[in-house]
Amino acid sequence: METMDFNKDLIAASSTPIVLAILAKKDSYGYAIIKRVQELSGGRMEWTDGMLYPVLHRLERLGYVEARWEVAGSGRRRKYYRITSRGKAHLTDERRQWQAVDATLRGIWKALSIFIPVGTAAFATPLPQGA
Amino acid sequence: MTTPANTVTLEEQIDQWRSYLLRRQAIHSVDVAELEDHLREQIAGLMNAGLVPDEAFLVAVKRMGALDALSREFAREHSDRLWKQLVVLPSDSREQGAGVRSDAFVAFFLAVAAAMLIKLPELFGMDLKENESFYARNLSLFVLPLLTGYFIWKRRLGAKTVPWLAAPIVAAGVFANVYPFASPGSTESLTALHLPIALWVAVGVAYAGSRWNEVAGRMDFIRFSGELFIYYVLIALGGGVLTAFLMMMFKTIGIDAEWFIQSWLIPCGAAGAVLVASWLVEAKQSVIENMAPVLTRLFTPFFAALLVTFLATLIWTGRGLDIEREVLIAFDLLLVVVLGLLLYSVSARDARMPAGPFDVMQVVLVVSALLVDAVALWAISARITEFGFTPNRVAALGVNVILLVNLAWSAVLYIRFLRERGSFTDLERWQTNYLPVYAVWAAIVVIVFPPVFGYI
Repeated sequence: METMDFNKDLIAASSTPIVLAILAKKDSYGYAIIKRVQELSGGRMEWTDGMLYPVLHRLERLGYVEARWEVAGSGRRRKYYRITSRGKAHLTDERRQWQAVDATLRGIWKALSIFIPVGTAAFATPLPQGA
Repeated sequence: MTTPANTVTLEEQIDQWRSYLLRRQAIHSVDVAELEDHLREQIAGLMNAGLVPDEAFLVAVKRMGALDALSREFAREHSDRLWKQLVVLPSDSREQGAGVRSDAFVAFFLAVAAAMLIKLPELFGMDLKENESFYARNLSLFVLPLLTGYFIWKRRLGAKTVPWLAAPIVAAGVFANVYPFASPGSTESLTALHLPIALWVAVGVAYAGSRWNEVAGRMDFIRFSGELFIYYVLIALGGGVLTAFLMMMFKTIGIDAEWFIQSWLIPCGAAGAVLVASWLVEAKQSVIENMAPVLTRLFTPFFAALLVTFLATLIWTGRGLDIEREVLIAFDLLLVVVLGLLLYSVSARDARMPAGPFDVMQVVLVVSALLVDAVALWAISARITEFGFTPNRVAALGVNVILLVNLAWSAVLYIRFLRERGSFTDLERWQTNYLPVYAVWAAIVVIVFPPVFGYI
């Protein structure tokens, strides 16, 4: 597994649909969401853990997700997030936009017909062990 | 691997980390609890993978991100928590102290400048007593450009923004002085009343700086305006006491100080106080934190009760409104008060909280105000042609329509929020997006009304 350096704007823009899509599957909490992102991206996307929470709070403020506190098995209080119907509608909207971006880029890459290997060694940094 | 000694150190380390986080104003304890749960989960995972507690703690903390960056992100999302420290925490407290001092210096310098500026026309023979209308029209121009300058300096706005801020001020100066007003007349007093409103939005652009395009930035400006008003009233009260003593004490030695108070103390003090109050709002946030929302919470129930009782009495007795000529202005003021109550409770509310009884109260307040105003408008529309379209009445009618539209849509958004069909953010966005409407209307009154009504 290799992590890539991502453009900050790209991380910021993609965090909303990624978090909403993960929550659309089932309710979750911060740590599990980050684990899920790592799994889904094959370890290529690694967020700074703390940065997820302001994102979750923003989605909560916008009414896309709802939060509740639950006592986890360990006896600790844990904040769970659930997607709302507004959040689902927004996810559909985001999905349409990202598909358009994706389709456009695919077209351009094809037209360029230059081979760009994914996860080039120049950009790759080794993952801190223990993940 | 986990000896008791190690566990203790881990707990201690977590305690220390928690207390570091709690010191950040942008991160509330409830968020710290959330982050701590994350940290513990991460540590447990790393220890399962074979790390010793110390290592696991270090890696987990590293992954959480640098505290400064983290609290900056929290501050950006929860800007209401530290809306007055717009420039997010210079961590060195000495540097912060120096910042506060230079702020104070610039603010007092500008306050003195405002005090001198208001006396400047006198050098050219424009006496305050004989040219009251000149001073009334230009009042905001003595103070607001300096306030704008203060924020340009404070927010370090670039050379690109400054012309955009200067343009409305220059335009205001032109429109306040080129029209051949029939003095004293309605259009002249309308200009005196509306020019500050139009210019206030220019101040807002300077205040919010690059954040004017954001809902949070404009909301901060609304908060600032409310707090400034309260500080200004407090300073004015203090000034009143000072004036009273000054009069009384000099009277005892047979000197009449009234000329000094009339032509120096009151005008210079009133002008300078705007700058001082603006600086105080930003610098002394912990002294009177969010006074406007507190007053709002106190008075919303009373105003709601008043309006509901009035409506009930109106229906019960079947009395018609006694439509006087100036009744529209009274109802405009009522809507302004209701809007203020709504605005300042919106500005203080955490958008993430679910709806509560106070929200229902707000809706009752807004809806009853709309009904009362509708009754008044209906009563007055029957007789408006009889009264004739004077500039005052058209202006009052325009303000009424603007406020009515704002409150009506606010009520819709609020009810949607109560029924969980929408989020509170929609209401915030509506209120902050509406700000330019007031400025545009005020500009229309200043620019279009005088020529249309023949400068009467």
